[in-house]
Formats: sequence, C-alpha cells, structure tokens
Amino acid sequence: MSGEAEALREPWASLRRQREAASFGMWLFLGSEALLFGGLILAFSVNRLLHPDAFAGAGHETNVVYGTVNTVVLLTSSLAMAVGAEAARAGLRELALLGLSLTLALAVAFLVIKGFEWSADIDEGLFPGQAFKLAPPAAGIFFAFYWFMTGLHGLHVTAGISVIAWITWQAWRGERPLESPAFEAAALYWHLVDIVWVFLYPLLYLGGRS
Amino acid sequence: MSDIAAGQPVPGEAHPRQGLRGGPSYLTAEHGLAAWFLTTDHKRIALLYAAALTVFFFIGGAGAVAIRMELFTPAADLLSADGYNRMFTLHGTVMVWFFLVPSIPNTFGNFLLPLMIGAKDLAFPRLNLFSWYLFVGAGALLVGALVAGGVDTGWTFYTPFSTGYSQSYVMAAALAVVLAGFSSIATGVNFIATVHLLRTPGMTWFRLPLLVWALYGTSLVIVLATPVLTLVLLLIVAERAFGLPIFDPALGGDPLLFQHLFWFYSHPAVYIMILPSFGVISELVTCFSRRQVFGYTFMVYAILWIAVVGFLVWGHHMFVSGQSLFASLVFSFLSFVIAVPSAIKVFNWTFTLYRGQITFEAPMLYALGFIGLFTLGGLTGLFLASVPIDVHVTDTYFVVAHFHFIMVGGAVSAFYGGLHFWWPKVTGRLYPEAWARFAAVLMFFGFSFTFFPQFVMGFLGMPRRYQVYPPEFQIWHVLSSSGAVLLAAAYLLPMGYLAWSLIWGERAGEDPWQATGLEWRTSSPPPRDNFRAVPVVDTGPYFYHPDKEGPRHDRREAHQNQGHET
Repeated sequence: MSGEAEALREPWASLRRQREAASFGMWLFLGSEALLFGGLILAFSVNRLLHPDAFAGAGHETNVVYGTVNTVVLLTSSLAMAVGAEAARAGLRELALLGLSLTLALAVAFLVIKGFEWSADIDEGLFPGQAFKLAPPAAGIFFAFYWFMTGLHGLHVTAGISVIAWITWQAWRGERPLESPAFEAAALYWHLVDIVWVFLYPLLYLGGRS
Repeated sequence: MSDIAAGQPVPGEAHPRQGLRGGPSYLTAEHGLAAWFLTTDHKRIALLYAAALTVFFFIGGAGAVAIRMELFTPAADLLSADGYNRMFTLHGTVMVWFFLVPSIPNTFGNFLLPLMIGAKDLAFPRLNLFSWYLFVGAGALLVGALVAGGVDTGWTFYTPFSTGYSQSYVMAAALAVVLAGFSSIATGVNFIATVHLLRTPGMTWFRLPLLVWALYGTSLVIVLATPVLTLVLLLIVAERAFGLPIFDPALGGDPLLFQHLFWFYSHPAVYIMILPSFGVISELVTCFSRRQVFGYTFMVYAILWIAVVGFLVWGHHMFVSGQSLFASLVFSFLSFVIAVPSAIKVFNWTFTLYRGQITFEAPMLYALGFIGLFTLGGLTGLFLASVPIDVHVTDTYFVVAHFHFIMVGGAVSAFYGGLHFWWPKVTGRLYPEAWARFAAVLMFFGFSFTFFPQFVMGFLGMPRRYQVYPPEFQIWHVLSSSGAVLLAAAYLLPMGYLAWSLIWGERAGEDPWQATGLEWRTSSPPPRDNFRAVPVVDTGPYFYHPDKEGPRHDRREAHQNQGHET
C-alpha cells in the first residue's frame, strides 16, 4: 500500500482519479499529435493526387526490406510496452521491467535500422538536391516528404525512448512505484508512435509497389 | 456614483467574511527564489506568466512605437525598408505568440480556473510549471533571433519568401514559435483535464462560470490547431535548412499549401485570442449590472460553436491567392456562419445590461468599451468575409484596423478589465478607482483614435507593410500615430497605479465586488490550497437576484455566492 501512497500526487484525492487524469491528459495530447501527423499526411496526399505517376515511381525507390523489418520491430515493441504497462499495474515487478526493457531494445533497434536505411538512401542519391538521381520535380517532393516524415517520426521515437528509459530506470531503482500512472501514459504515447508508422509504411513503401 | 454603487451595505446581506481562511496567503506561504521558480502552485505560476508577458508586451510594443513613428511622414525617415520589415515582424510575432495567445489563459486562466471550479490546483501542476519554462525559453530564443538581426517575413512566414529568399533569422524565430506552441498545448491539455476531472461536488457542466467555459473552448482549439502550426513551421525549417522541396515553386512545390496549413492554425488562433476575453467580459458585465447573464446556455453553445466552426473558415484569408471561386464562396458563407455566435454573445451582454443596476467601476468601463469595439471589429470582419469587398481591401490598412479592433480593442481591453476586476483577489489590495476609470476611458479613446483612421485609409487604398506612402494618406497616419501616444499612456498608467496599490492600496476583503463566483469565497489573496474547506455547489453561477424575476430597480438584492461549505 505504501506504493500507492507514494504514487499519489497533488492535487488528487485518490490514485484511481489520478490514473484517469494521466490517461485522459495523454489522450488529449495524442489528439494534438494526430493533427500534427494528420496535416502532414494530408499534405502528402494532396501532392500524391497531383503527381500520381511520379509518386508511384519514386515510391518504388524506397527500401522496402528495411521498411518492413522496421514495421515488425516497432509493432513488437508496442506489444512489449503493453505487457510492461499492464504488468506494472498488476504489481508484477520482474515482468514489468522485462517488458519495458524489451520495448527500449526494440525501439533502439528501430532507430539503428532506420539509420542504415537513411545511409543507404543517401548513397543511392535519394536526398533531394545536387546528387538527387530521380527526375525532379515531383519525385523530389516525394522524397522531401519521405525524409521529413521519417525524420519527424524518428524524433517521436527518440522522445519515446527517453521517457520510457527514464521511468524504467526509476522503477528499476525503486524510486518510482509500480502503481504510478506514468507507465500507462507512456504506453499510450508509444502506441501512437506505432500507429503513425502504420500509416507511414504503406504511404511511403507500398504506394509505388501495388 | 449612483446610489446603488457597490460597496454600500445591502439589507439582508450576510456579514462579509473576513480574515484568513485556510492559512497564510499563497504569496507569503513560502519564501525565497526557489519557492517561486520551482513552485507548482497555479497562482504563483500565473504571476510568473504575468511577469514574462509584461516583458513581451514591452518588446512587442517597442515594435509598434517604431512603426507608428516611421509612418508619421510619407518618406522613410527613421528606418530602411528592411528595418521596417523587421520591426513589423517583431511586433507581430511577439504580440501574437508571446502576448495575445497566452495572455488571458496563462494569467487569469491559471489563477482562476481552479478557484472557479473549487479545485486545489490544476490537474498537472508540474506540467504547468514546465510550460512556463518552455515559454520563457522560446521567448529567449526569439529575442535572441531579434537581437542577432531580426526577421523580415512578417508574422505570417509566407513562402517562398521565408524559405528561399529571406536573409534573416527565420529558422530561429520559427523554432521559437514551435516551442511556444508546445507550451500552449501543455496549458490546453492541463485546462481540459482540470475542467473534466477536478470540479467540486455539485459543479455540473451547466453551472460552470462562463470564463471557465471560454477557457475550455479555447483549450480545445489550442490542442487541435497548434500542432498544425508546428508542422508548417517545421516544414519551413526543413526547406530552409536541408533544401527539401515542399513549398518552393522553383522546385515544384506549392506555396499555397503553406497558406492553407498556416491559416488552418492561424484562423482558429484568432479565437484562441478572443474566446477567453468573451469569458472575462461575461463575468464583468453580469457583476456590474447585478443581473444574471442573459441566455447562459446560449452563451455556452456560442463558445462551442465558435470553437468548432473556427476550424472551417481559414480560406477567407486566401480569396486573392488563386484558390477556386467555389472554395472562396464556401469559406465566405462559413465565415458568415461563425459571425452568428459572436453576435449572440454581444446581444446577450446587452440584454444582461437591460434593466440591470449598472455601476461604472473601472472593470465595467473596460467591458463596455470592449462590447463597442468588438462589435465594430466583428462587423468589419463581415466586410472581409464578403469576397468582392475583400478583393478590394486585401492587404490594406482596413484589414489591419479590423484585426486590431478584435485583438487590441477586444482582447487587450478585456485583459485590462479582468486585471482590475481580479486585482484585489490576486494581490489583496484595491486599486485607486478614479485613476482606473480615467485609464479605462483613455484606453477607449486612444484606441479608437489610433485604429479608426486605419479603416478609412485602408478603404482608400493604403496598403499594409510599407514604410513610404503617397502624401494624401498622411493625415490619417498622423491621426493614427497621435492616437497611439494616448493609447500607450493608457497602457502604462495602470502599471503605475497598480504597482502603487501593492504598497499603499486599501486592503481588499474577500469579495470586494459582491460577486458570485467561488473565487470570491476565499480570502484575498487565497491560501496555498485555495479553500479552507472544499466548497460545494448547488446553484448555477451569477445568482444576483431571484431566478424568476429581474432585479428591482430601486435597491440591490443580496447576491448569493455559488458555493457553500459543507
């Protein structure tokens, strides 16, 4: 029970209410994030409608192997995060730490794979500019969006890693009680990072291959 | 003063509750710098925001001074064309994102929202403090960019100028605005969660004071609109820094895409700036006419209507951008639609006055000035929503006058009105009434003197954002610049006497205005935890007279606070 008392913060009278607030607040923030990526995907879609052939051709140049492996990695990390957050709530310390650590490992793996992919892309001349190998302008726009979307998503992955690493570290050292609502809130955020990728993957990797 | 002025004892009134309730006030509860800069008390954070906003108000104001001085004569006297661009950009960016957007929500909202719903604090106190640091950090970055050489794109950052041609510090300014946006979103999330989860027992949704409703609507808009601004500014940074072709037509991009995304945020942002002042004005008008707000439920629906439809009108900024005529007509129609709830609010304030027992304390003078100026600003908005008139006056001083009537005549008047109204609650001191009335009247005249001539010269064809102009416009510019001197005096004067009142002002009781909100049933200034005991609510707000009848014309009814203690 001391864990519950420790997890309770001002101005809340009960942990149940505080937990509700943490999830609710995170959902509101996810709504905000949805508009961020929604606007971006809308801008991409408009350009895709304007230049269907060029976008299909440019999409064919993306590296579908890296992309698909990364999709699997990220989806699995979301599963691990769900296990970690639920285990924390149930008070299962070992399982919670295992789930959280696995999430972190997979998230870092995602970024590493992404780094290899970006590096290969640059070598192949897929960064818009002097060395760009495709015919501008529309293919350039596709790759502008490719770099921006994967970059912004990568920033979100990095932010997620920081938050999860921080609360995992605290939980591991016993400074953060497992009853803390932070695990659930972090899990919600991590699932958003996952869902955004579920939209980006078909738009960027599969669009040119249908 | 009329014989029904506030402050006179009223037959049947309960004894005013004096003395400390629930311990020492929030101002004296803790001492030292750390107790301020690491505080999670929403009231102290409100004061931190107020201090930061005052600084930004002066910086943005300095830009306005430079503009009005330069425009005194038709020739370029003080500033180069480039310097002038940097000055109006400074004025616009600072005033929009570092003063108007956070002004009422982060000061009065932070301070009053928990008090008005009977809560101890906001839902996420540490997030609240974090948002202040983000805001100050963003401001420092922006000021750094301005000192390093400034930005010359205008506050709108239009492409392709901002991405391909501007030689100024666009990226730093854009990132500063992105950070300020994060701070806004944090505040919005905090407010929504607080209103949902921390209302005191009995405080149902339709018993919320209208300021709370207004802040709630504002927060919804903040949370859903700001990310699109973040996106569009990050796209500008990507294009400028990495050469990613997205907006630049030379690389096949579409500059109109920028305008769509930008105004998808920036039109709702107008409502972010004006909705909170609607809430403030509702509180002031009802208190100083001793009358329940006319049409409370419609006031609520109007706020929500504005919050939703505000997202559907952005295209009226783009009538001359080459967007299709059909799209322009749809956006024009929707812009007329959103005028309806604003009109409902103006009519309801007016009906609240009707048969009220009106007294003219300074907050009420600001409120009445607001109603007049906002009405003019709103009606000229309808001119601009009509495609043919807009084509004639696009990018002229008519537009400048229109949005200054809303944002300065409206939002800043409401800010000053609220500042006077809640000053006794925040500081525990009364301000000098005669000076305050003088300042309120001066602000109304100074404002009208400054901005009404801009309608005329705008309609005659004076374009915005030029520092030289044909001599026939000089008379209007001289009027405007002279009025700006009065307006500046009206802004500075309260800073003087309010500071004076901190030391020499009369001590305020709990409820100096005999108002009904929960914030008036705790001591002035309130204790750290706001209330000694949690107040319980079983009536709606604004109980100034019995429900079914209007107030008597000859004597004041005893007002009844919305809450009571268990």
